[in-house]
Amino acid sequence: MSGSSGRRKRKIKWSKLYSYGCFRPPYTVDSDPSQQLLGQPGFSRVVFCNEPQLHKAKPYKYPKNYVSTTKYNIVTFLPKALFEQFRRVANLYFLLAAVLSTTKVTPFNPISLIAPLVFVVGVSMTKEAVEDWHRFLQDLNVNSRTVKAHVGDGLFIEKTWQGLRVGDVVKVNKNEYFPSDLLLLSSSFEDGICYVETMNLDGETNLKVKRSSEATLDLANDQAFSDFKATIRCEDPNPHLYTFVGNLELKNVTHPLCPATLLLRDSKLRNTDYIYGVVIFSGPDTKAVRNSTRSPSKRSRIERKMDLVIYLLFSMLLLISLITSTGFAVFLKSEMVEWWYLSLQDNNPFFIQFVRALILYGYLIPISLYVSIEVVKVLQAMLINKDIELYDEVTCKSVQTRTSNLNEELGQVEMILTDKTGTLTCNQMEFRKCSIAGISYGGNINKIDRAASKRMNVEVESYRFSMDECEAASQSFEMFEFSLADVSAEKAALAGQKLVQNSSTECSRISSVEGEPAIKGFNFRDDRLMNKKWSYRSNLFDVTMFFRVMALCHTGIPVEGDQNHKLKYEAESPEEVSFLIAAQEFGFQFFHRSQSIMFLKEFDPSSGKVVERKYKLLNLLEFCSARKRMSIIVSNEDGEVFLLCKGADNIIFDRLADNGRSYQQATTLHLSNYAEDGFRTLAFAYRKLDAVEYDKWNSIFTKAKTTIGPEREEILIEASEIIEKDLILLGVAAVEDKLQKGVPECIDKLAQAGMKIWLLTGDKKETAINIGFACSLLRQDMRQFHLILDKESATSNQLKEMKEDILNQLEGFQKVKSEEGNKDTPLALIVDGKALEIALRSDVKAQFLPLAVDCASVICCRVSPKQKALITRLVKEQTGKTTLAIGDGANDVGMIQEADIGVGISGMEGMQAVMASDISLPQFRFLGRLLIVHGHWCYKRISKMILYFVYKNIAFGLTLFYYEIYTSFSGEVLYDDWYMALFNVILTSLPVISLGVLEQDVSSEVCLKFPALYQQGQKNIFFTWSRIIGWILNGILASLVIFLANIYTFSPNAFRKDGNVADITHLGAMTYTCIICTVNCQISLIITRFTWIQHLFIWGSIFIWYIFLFFYGALSPAISKRGFRVLAEALGPAPIYWIVTLLVVVVALLPYFLHIVIQRSFYPLDDHVIQEMKYCRKGMGDNNLMWEREQNNSVMMTQIGFSARVDARFRFMKEHLNQKTELIYRSVTSRPIFRSLTSSPVVVD
Amino acid sequence: MDVEVSRGAQSIPRHSKEHKACYQFTQQSLPACKPVLTPAWVITTFLLMGVIFIPLGLITLHASENVVEIVDQYDTECVPEAFRSNKVAYIKDKLIPKNCSRYLKVYKHMKAPINIYYQLDNYYQNHRRYVKSKNDRQLLHGFGYNDTSSCKPEESNNGLPIVPCGLIAWSLFNDTYTLIRGRSELQVNRKNIAWKSDRDHKFGKHVYPFNFQNGTFVGGGKLDPRIPLSDQEDLIVWMQTAALPSFRKLYGRIEEDLNADDVVVVNVTNNYNTYSFGGKKKLILSTTSWLGGKNNFLGLACTSVGSSSIFISMVFLLLHMKSPRPYRETSYLYGWKQERHVQLKR
Repeated sequence: MSGSSGRRKRKIKWSKLYSYGCFRPPYTVDSDPSQQLLGQPGFSRVVFCNEPQLHKAKPYKYPKNYVSTTKYNIVTFLPKALFEQFRRVANLYFLLAAVLSTTKVTPFNPISLIAPLVFVVGVSMTKEAVEDWHRFLQDLNVNSRTVKAHVGDGLFIEKTWQGLRVGDVVKVNKNEYFPSDLLLLSSSFEDGICYVETMNLDGETNLKVKRSSEATLDLANDQAFSDFKATIRCEDPNPHLYTFVGNLELKNVTHPLCPATLLLRDSKLRNTDYIYGVVIFSGPDTKAVRNSTRSPSKRSRIERKMDLVIYLLFSMLLLISLITSTGFAVFLKSEMVEWWYLSLQDNNPFFIQFVRALILYGYLIPISLYVSIEVVKVLQAMLINKDIELYDEVTCKSVQTRTSNLNEELGQVEMILTDKTGTLTCNQMEFRKCSIAGISYGGNINKIDRAASKRMNVEVESYRFSMDECEAASQSFEMFEFSLADVSAEKAALAGQKLVQNSSTECSRISSVEGEPAIKGFNFRDDRLMNKKWSYRSNLFDVTMFFRVMALCHTGIPVEGDQNHKLKYEAESPEEVSFLIAAQEFGFQFFHRSQSIMFLKEFDPSSGKVVERKYKLLNLLEFCSARKRMSIIVSNEDGEVFLLCKGADNIIFDRLADNGRSYQQATTLHLSNYAEDGFRTLAFAYRKLDAVEYDKWNSIFTKAKTTIGPEREEILIEASEIIEKDLILLGVAAVEDKLQKGVPECIDKLAQAGMKIWLLTGDKKETAINIGFACSLLRQDMRQFHLILDKESATSNQLKEMKEDILNQLEGFQKVKSEEGNKDTPLALIVDGKALEIALRSDVKAQFLPLAVDCASVICCRVSPKQKALITRLVKEQTGKTTLAIGDGANDVGMIQEADIGVGISGMEGMQAVMASDISLPQFRFLGRLLIVHGHWCYKRISKMILYFVYKNIAFGLTLFYYEIYTSFSGEVLYDDWYMALFNVILTSLPVISLGVLEQDVSSEVCLKFPALYQQGQKNIFFTWSRIIGWILNGILASLVIFLANIYTFSPNAFRKDGNVADITHLGAMTYTCIICTVNCQISLIITRFTWIQHLFIWGSIFIWYIFLFFYGALSPAISKRGFRVLAEALGPAPIYWIVTLLVVVVALLPYFLHIVIQRSFYPLDDHVIQEMKYCRKGMGDNNLMWEREQNNSVMMTQIGFSARVDARFRFMKEHLNQKTELIYRSVTSRPIFRSLTSSPVVVD
Repeated sequence: MDVEVSRGAQSIPRHSKEHKACYQFTQQSLPACKPVLTPAWVITTFLLMGVIFIPLGLITLHASENVVEIVDQYDTECVPEAFRSNKVAYIKDKLIPKNCSRYLKVYKHMKAPINIYYQLDNYYQNHRRYVKSKNDRQLLHGFGYNDTSSCKPEESNNGLPIVPCGLIAWSLFNDTYTLIRGRSELQVNRKNIAWKSDRDHKFGKHVYPFNFQNGTFVGGGKLDPRIPLSDQEDLIVWMQTAALPSFRKLYGRIEEDLNADDVVVVNVTNNYNTYSFGGKKKLILSTTSWLGGKNNFLGLACTSVGSSSIFISMVFLLLHMKSPRPYRETSYLYGWKQERHVQLKR
């Protein structure tokens, strides 16, 4: 580390700046009772630092740092996978049948039973193996990441993660993940602190401060470790993330260790150049791994229902087997003795005949169904993975279906539970708008307004103008100053109320919405402020102060930036970074910080030059969630002392001086606008302190700071309270928690598809609500219910009280909900983690869940990973709806595993979510296409496929049974063994696979245009019992037609011109031909989209049968037996054979054909209508209207999402415009019109 | 779809046609035909079915009608009155002559060749035990092949194997018929009644019956041990096990025409025991058409399918003319809306 010495210079003691979080608690060995546990059972771990070789042998042998997520290994694969396979009832049945078939009982060749079984099980197991192999590769990828580890003599070399042992000293650099649970020894900061991002563990986005024990602070460079030796005694591996008990013996002195010294695997080092740490827990012992649970094997709803269908078929099988064996017994008793030609001597007992019948009718149970489904699902998954629309160019990743057995479940999702950070948002803040001194900058027209007004055919500006008339517009001197942009907008506004769209007005004030910002974190365009133009504004002092607050009131540090003298910053929260960047853009560049001085390069408007200014940092009253504000006290070069404060608007507004409220009204208006756009807002204020007052306060504060004890924090807060008052409001800044690309559109589509979206986030309520607005999950005219524990009961911690509180609140909501007139108002529920915990208790949940499910959107904030999983489980179990959970971090793992479908976002670095997921997406926006297109398709494909399978096996299997009736139930089979063996494997398998892989009811664009089509899957209308029974009946009918038509045609008369009669071989081949043709033609009626593949498979299957029959018959009779010359000699030349086939196919398909014809003509389903429209549109042009109307309908009832918001705004605007028309005309003449331009509309609820 | 294809062409350099097809496959945008059942299609389809099946049915019916078939059940009539109460005793008594004469009147001109069949009813040749009771290899290769376990209990007698073994051969049908028209005997050609492939490939040319029907319990007919199995066409026909318990088997052919009102006298030797299980025996003289024997089923089925198709197409045509199908709106959204209202009311 050549640069390390250089960096040392920049070391700052953060603990001096911080007043709350970073103090060093006075830990002593005896003060902590938990210390006494060490050495006891459960706390027996001993780690020899820097001596990993000691951990190679017992008793200190700990596992290596290798983490495995695979299900099987080479040894356990066979038994485990076999066990999994034979847990399926049908497979077990076939195993039994295969075993029995080797005995004498069998009605046919054992190979024809064993081969398909081996094939089926083999394919399934291969699939398992391949999937596990992928998991192994992913593990390998993680395990072979490298980290610098100490190898002696102060030498650090790269080592793979899996090569690490307990006791190794490692050096982790900035933005690297910790390879295992480490004990922090020292960091690049002098006082041994470091910042850690734990997003992967708990989903919290703010950085956490960790600090080392004082004893190891001097281990600050590589060399220091050459002779470092210490012993750690600590607790045994456990899954608790927030506890750690241990002590460090260094040079015979014992130092206690607290959780703050422990760096957990899966968290990331941030804002700190490097740290040194020693491995305490490795591999499977780490807390992160201990927290993860084995992913449960999930089965889709359709598959579970399919089991019931299999049971139904089983009972059918049992029934006909019983009939057969009873019939056999009756014949045997009553008549057969008389049949001398059988010369019966041995009495076949009833039971053997029953078993034989069970094997014989096994064709009713579609053995190949499972294997076909497996094959189809793998192919489906492959196609999903290959979809180029689901490919992210930025990360070069595409969709990965990790477990393919949930494809069809994707088509039935009703609830989506989504994580926020990393899933919906990028965890990147962008400075978007600000309101300084009562004037809003940065454009004030959002997408929603624009879309709504476009629909109204009204110019946005003119509409705005009309809106503002009814508000008391803020008075400001600003109104006479116009930048160029203002004037052009102004002209448009004057041009009239009902302008047709005019793009010229979409000038700089509006354009900020679109396009990627040139500077990361800064997406602001307003000519009035940019390029130092702010210096021409009036009340220049306020503007300058505003920027100063932005540049000074933070805890960030500058890092080397790129060329152009632009710096980059690092700070605890991304908001601060965006403020710093914005300040830099406006000409207030914070470029250096020393222990007590902050350096700024300011643009001086009076001289027009950039000057360097020093601000002495006097105090820092840092941000905490209780205070919701942060202040900094600085003195400038002139010795003036300022308190600069930023914080939540209501907090700041409460602390304003009377003379500091001049912009409050205007600012409030802007705030609500910003909030609706989903921006996070912070109010800025300042106060000038005189030296005497400051000194007086400082002594109080210093005293408070040095207090030791639990009441310290409270005293500090009180002390801050004294100085943070009489503030003067400057304005507000709005930052956007940048949404990932395409998120609002995707949510819009999902909402239209009838899915409910719940947002579960670990972040605080305000942030969650902001994002709710940004993603259009919330909108202004929604009725929001906030379910939050009030302070009293929360602190009293009385469970009963809390419960009552929640119940009361719930009751209140119910009342509001049921009130007349509120019926159509969309509802939104915002729940906080603590309240949620109570609400999910068994006795409250009965009230809570129905309400929650009824709400258009639900936002849960401050929820722990465990709660996420709990909510998911409860929602899944209580509502019975298919739930999909999507998240990106390790904190979402529980949720992902618990949900019916877990989706992991693979864009981020952390792999936990992806590893636990069933499907991984590179971006949230792909979820729309994944569900609405692929889910919809897969659902239909699989359900059609299963139904067809049931049909074809019944149609075939029952003919065996009918024949039994004619053979006095003796167990004779009409068909040759080979015909039967080929039935499922070759003659009917490919068409059904092509159905399962390639079928599309409508094309992907149409799916996306009509997301409402998706509701077919949610309602499961393609796999209802009536449909299943219908197909079973269709199968029975087909089998009857096939069998009866054949025996009536061919018996007893001759079937050829030369007078030959048909014997058992001919009848068998003829019946079988009819079956093959019928079932293959049936599938052509089911398929709605024929590519050459389908054509090839369907007609090819029929063709192959004839080919097979011909060549099989050409073999010697010893092999071909019943098939010998059957086509070439007997059947082929007989015209009746071909006529019967035609007749049977037509008659057998007639009922189904009639059914679909009637359904399509009189009771069409949505997809039928759309297919028809699409079909008709080819020729005619005037159907566009239809098309649009359908699309509008499909959007109509949605309550969340972008379109719904535009809708709501559209209605609202229309109403308003009507009301205000007159008023406007009056006001145009009486008031300066341009005033409207400087303020933004206020939404009236 | 066009959009997708063209975009695909842009993003993937099109090296060859295969490449494009592969791309279209993975993007699930292969060119496809998507037939939609519009009213016009429905009506046309049914009409077409009618147009095909009615003529087809009429032709087959006509063919079947042209076949002349004379059926005579003789199992009871050929037992002398005295024995009718105990037919089994009659048939088992070898001393009683089994001859009997049947008079068949030809009601319509019958063109040669006229097939002679015997028909057995309630005879389960398709019983599992029966069907399995033969040995294909032995039939083809003779003794050389010793494993005849499938032939039990008729696999050996007195320690010597039986050729042909098994129940099927053992129960060979042995009624015989002599046909006389006027004063002359009709020549019955009993060659070529079995499938050629059976004669050539299933029954050996050098396999002679051996030790056949020598047991204590004689089943059916005996075989001439001097004639190889491939020439024993009676046996071959018999051994083509029938599929159903009521079956006909070809006995022979008359190679000359029979005129209407001819009387054919059939001298039957009524040897075969169907009495113990209540089976029936019939003698059938039948001509054939291009479709085979007389059977109206196919013709009737075709015509009825055809006419009902025409009927359905008419119904649809009327419905369509009366109220041309309106463009419907997708139902879901409305259905969903209603449901929501119901939910809210709850």
